[in-house]
Amino acid sequence: MSAVRHVLGRIASAAFLAVVGAFFALPMLWLASAPFDAAPSITVSVPEFTLANFRAILDNPYALGSIGNSVIQAGGAAAIVVVLAALAAYALSRVRVPGRDALLYVLLLLSSVVTGTAAMVPIFELATRLDLIDTHLGVILVVSGGLLPAAIFILKDFMDATPTSYEESARVFGASPLQILWHIVVPVVRPGLATIAVWAVASVWGGFLMQYILLRDPAKAPSAVILYTLYTEGGQPNLDLISTFSLLYSLPVVLMYLFVSGRYGFRFHGGIKQ
Amino acid sequence: MNTDAAGLGRRRAVGFVLPALVLIGVFLVFPALWTIYLGLTDYRLTGLAAADPQVVGADNYTAAIGDDRFRTSLWLSVQYVLGSAVIGQAVLGFALAWTLRDRRGPVRRIIEGLVLLSWILPSSVVAFLWIALLDRDGGTLNALLGTPGAAWLLDHPMLSIIVFNTWRGTAFSMMLYAAALETVPPSHLETARLAGASALQQLRDVVLPRIKGHVLTNMLLISLWTFNDFTPFLITAGGPEGRSEILPFYVYTTALRGGQLGFGAAVSFLILLINLVFALAYLRLLRTRDRTRDRDRGRDHGDGGGAVSGAGPAIRGTAG
Repeated sequence: MSAVRHVLGRIASAAFLAVVGAFFALPMLWLASAPFDAAPSITVSVPEFTLANFRAILDNPYALGSIGNSVIQAGGAAAIVVVLAALAAYALSRVRVPGRDALLYVLLLLSSVVTGTAAMVPIFELATRLDLIDTHLGVILVVSGGLLPAAIFILKDFMDATPTSYEESARVFGASPLQILWHIVVPVVRPGLATIAVWAVASVWGGFLMQYILLRDPAKAPSAVILYTLYTEGGQPNLDLISTFSLLYSLPVVLMYLFVSGRYGFRFHGGIKQ
Repeated sequence: MNTDAAGLGRRRAVGFVLPALVLIGVFLVFPALWTIYLGLTDYRLTGLAAADPQVVGADNYTAAIGDDRFRTSLWLSVQYVLGSAVIGQAVLGFALAWTLRDRRGPVRRIIEGLVLLSWILPSSVVAFLWIALLDRDGGTLNALLGTPGAAWLLDHPMLSIIVFNTWRGTAFSMMLYAAALETVPPSHLETARLAGASALQQLRDVVLPRIKGHVLTNMLLISLWTFNDFTPFLITAGGPEGRSEILPFYVYTTALRGGQLGFGAAVSFLILLINLVFALAYLRLLRTRDRTRDRDRGRDHGDGGGAVSGAGPAIRGTAG
């Protein structure tokens, strides 16, 4: 009886996994086949193999430039977030600034409550008044403001977990606080900094709403926005271009996640993604 | 860990924290507060009210509540959160974590990889993949089901984006429940099984009581994210005829496209308040859990349940 139940259970679980696997794979098949198809259609089909579609990217005036824009915006935001969050997290971890716990609590609360959706109206208005519309700087500052609270929170956890004895000895030898931070603390918390950098790059690279609101000029727009305009604006969508561009634009994020999961494991441990 | 090992001193410590706080203050706190003020004015993008906005008090709020389109949109948002997060992502995520829990090897890696991939691909890419999948004339789904000409996005826009978001976001629930299930001792399940408990009874009596906290955490976080999700805009843009116009799209179309900034700010403030309820409930939950854990086994570093919680909303918030 129990053996029968066991076998039935195995069959049921295998069937469930097959169905779910198909559900998740189905939309992605197109991304794997169309870029290499000599005559891509919207239906998934076995491609008549070619690499010629990738030339379509070179012919489009905005495609390659938009990848450059994505690099500037994601890189700029990641740099600001990592540097400012590291400084703040270090100070908050080592010195009892008055009101520190309340500050951390409010930061955590804010980062969940003030989402792009809820704040798009005032952020658009603020950017307009500060002349930040259609600038890379505008995008970088706005998204950094949104990422910083969580980054500080995570990095403070990393800093809290590192011993302070090296810092004490360095201080005895007369190192300044910035020297100590740079030569001693940074090497120790490097995994934390890398996590924050990857996370910031990935979220800006894939982010759409803020970039869409803040940038009107297609020459400044990142890939997320250009790709959207490729399939929504004007007549028949150009499928060779959309498919190859989607693939090229997705690759860096996928590679980064593979790198992170290979290096640190991509799993929750009691709640944290490490 | 409050020893000032590097000899930073309070003044320099404040100097280290300040740049981050200024950026957060200007681009996160100030917009949130400004929403409250803008929401009380008749501010517009162009025209007379753009040059000289007047304070109109609660008019925007009464206008919103009296507006059919707003009420429809709020109701669609409720459907979207319940359908795609509370039911779709949480149930599918749990089912996956449960089915995969004692599997190793390629099957598990492939399934997990596919689920994760749908989570990490950029939103404009996945949006087009779904447009292609559901296309009326050449869509893969119609080819597969043998239903040529079925216009999924036109006839069932809400169902389409609910299924889409289930596909898009299940990874988080799957990973969180997988971690939660690891806290259930196998021996307890074994005992229950030997005592003749069915799978459902095991789930109800052994597993659920242990992972209650995780379930609640997961529900709050994915509801908050889904409520603020802008991604399906790239698929339906709220159409056809507003039949998939959830609250974020409503704000975007009325305020930024229609130019009614004051009115849009009022609706944004309502969204902020709803977010606040979710976030406060979540933080309260975390603190109770932290306190229990501190009592149970002392302060535990590196676990940082709070960290992902803080990171999560921001990830979705800005990526939205």
